[in-house]
Amino acid sequence: MAKRSFLIPGVDKRLLIKDSIKTMPDVTRRRFIAGGASLGALTLLTGCDVVDSSSAEEMLKQVSKFNDAVQAFIFNPDALAPTFPESAITKPFPFNAYYDLDDAPDVDGKDWKLEVRGLVDNKKSWTLDELYQLPQVTQVTRHICVEGWSAIGSWTGTPLRDFLKLIGADTRAKYVWFQCADKDGYNSPLDMRSALHPQTQMTFKYANEILPRAYGFPMKIRVPTKLGFKNPKYVVSMEVTNDYKGGYWEDQGYNSFSGS
Amino acid sequence: MASLTVTDEQIRATPAKVIQPAWVRVMHWINAFAMILMILSGWQIYNASPLFGFSFPREYTLGGWLGGGLLWHFAAMWLLMINGLAYLVTGFATGRFAKKLLPITASGVLHDVRAALTFKLGHDDLTVYNYVQRLLYAGIIVVGVLIVLSGLAMWKPVQLYYLVMLFGDYPTARYVHFFCMAAICAFLVIHVLLALLVPKSLRAMIIGR
Ligand code: HEM
Repeated sequence: MAKRSFLIPGVDKRLLIKDSIKTMPDVTRRRFIAGGASLGALTLLTGCDVVDSSSAEEMLKQVSKFNDAVQAFIFNPDALAPTFPESAITKPFPFNAYYDLDDAPDVDGKDWKLEVRGLVDNKKSWTLDELYQLPQVTQVTRHICVEGWSAIGSWTGTPLRDFLKLIGADTRAKYVWFQCADKDGYNSPLDMRSALHPQTQMTFKYANEILPRAYGFPMKIRVPTKLGFKNPKYVVSMEVTNDYKGGYWEDQGYNSFSGS
Repeated sequence: MASLTVTDEQIRATPAKVIQPAWVRVMHWINAFAMILMILSGWQIYNASPLFGFSFPREYTLGGWLGGGLLWHFAAMWLLMINGLAYLVTGFATGRFAKKLLPITASGVLHDVRAALTFKLGHDDLTVYNYVQRLLYAGIIVVGVLIVLSGLAMWKPVQLYYLVMLFGDYPTARYVHFFCMAAICAFLVIHVLLALLVPKSLRAMIIGR
């Protein structure tokens, strides 16, 4: 039970550390959820130490799990994300990641293969040429970032549910878990109902051009019913599984369902 | 001495009038607590992608980083929504809103604003809200409803698409949410100031009389 009392926020050394955490995407960040200046402000306002950081953090985690359940409950698999005319597309569409574009994965399309694992009948890997043979559809939808900004883009690719059917995936499984080419191993779980949503797409093109590096070449998973961080780029494998395997941002505290 | 005794008996015979019933007090303070959590965590979220050319000072944000701010925001929202809904239902059902907040007339507001600015606005009867109070309270209740609706629209823009439509589009809902927050902050400053200027109103909001 780490009691904290920051009566004068700004003098505590821990506050200095906080300035650097936005650029520090690692596990140490988790510890900041309930701590630091935040509590200083609350302590000042209420005049007492109302929130003990570790128990507050535990409470917040439980509520976030509860929020996952609530969101799964209100998720309507037939509710479509609004679509827009081409004229509404945001130009330029922002590049966003926890690294600069120069550091984005640079995947060689000739060597790349999509690995398929887990509860599927056919575990063969797919080359890009093979995937390009599958029927594709285009959607113009709004990408909404967890940070609050949003942008409208045009994505073309194969509905994920068609692909899951093709490979004989057990669609009663709970998740499709994606892994990416990012050097720290970006990954993200997608609940099966969202994976089967008609607009969830294995994306190969942006604005009718082969997906550029900035937007996730060679393949991105576009899920217009989820926040952006649950739309993985540079995907290298998908696993159909009943296990919750966590995700890059989910493990750091972003709500796991994060559906819209 | 005799007259004093009579007064004492009178006091004992007629218990002091309850100015703020218990449900109003409980819900008011839960709301104040939830609002402050929402505002401080909301500032954290705002800072991740500011709408305007400024950010909120870190010392006045909750959560340490965006992920923490979101956890607080989506936890405190339940407290705010459930308490707010209970307050609205009880306020309408008991007739409190109709009795205490209505009518609100332009002439009444003008008169009381003028009186307030010249320090002639009396607070002898705390059971009756003057027109400035009525306007502010009814107004902030509407803002409270708007901030929750715009928040829900942003949280579930696909499932609650009709809510997004109500505001126009997603980015507009964000602005509405922000300006409601600004209105609540402005209200809070004036409201707390006035409560401190008329301490017996604060006392009534705490102990009821
Ligand atoms: C923490 C700081 C706060 C303090 C010290 C405070 C104090 C008070 C007091 C003393 C009253 C009764 C005043 C009177 O008789 O006119 C009151 C009423 C009220 N306050 Fe607050 N308040 C606070 C926060 C808030 C917040 C954040 C909101 C909403 C956003 C709010 C909304 C209201 C409303 C709507 C009423 C009228 C309640 C009714 O009659 O049903 N207050 N407050």
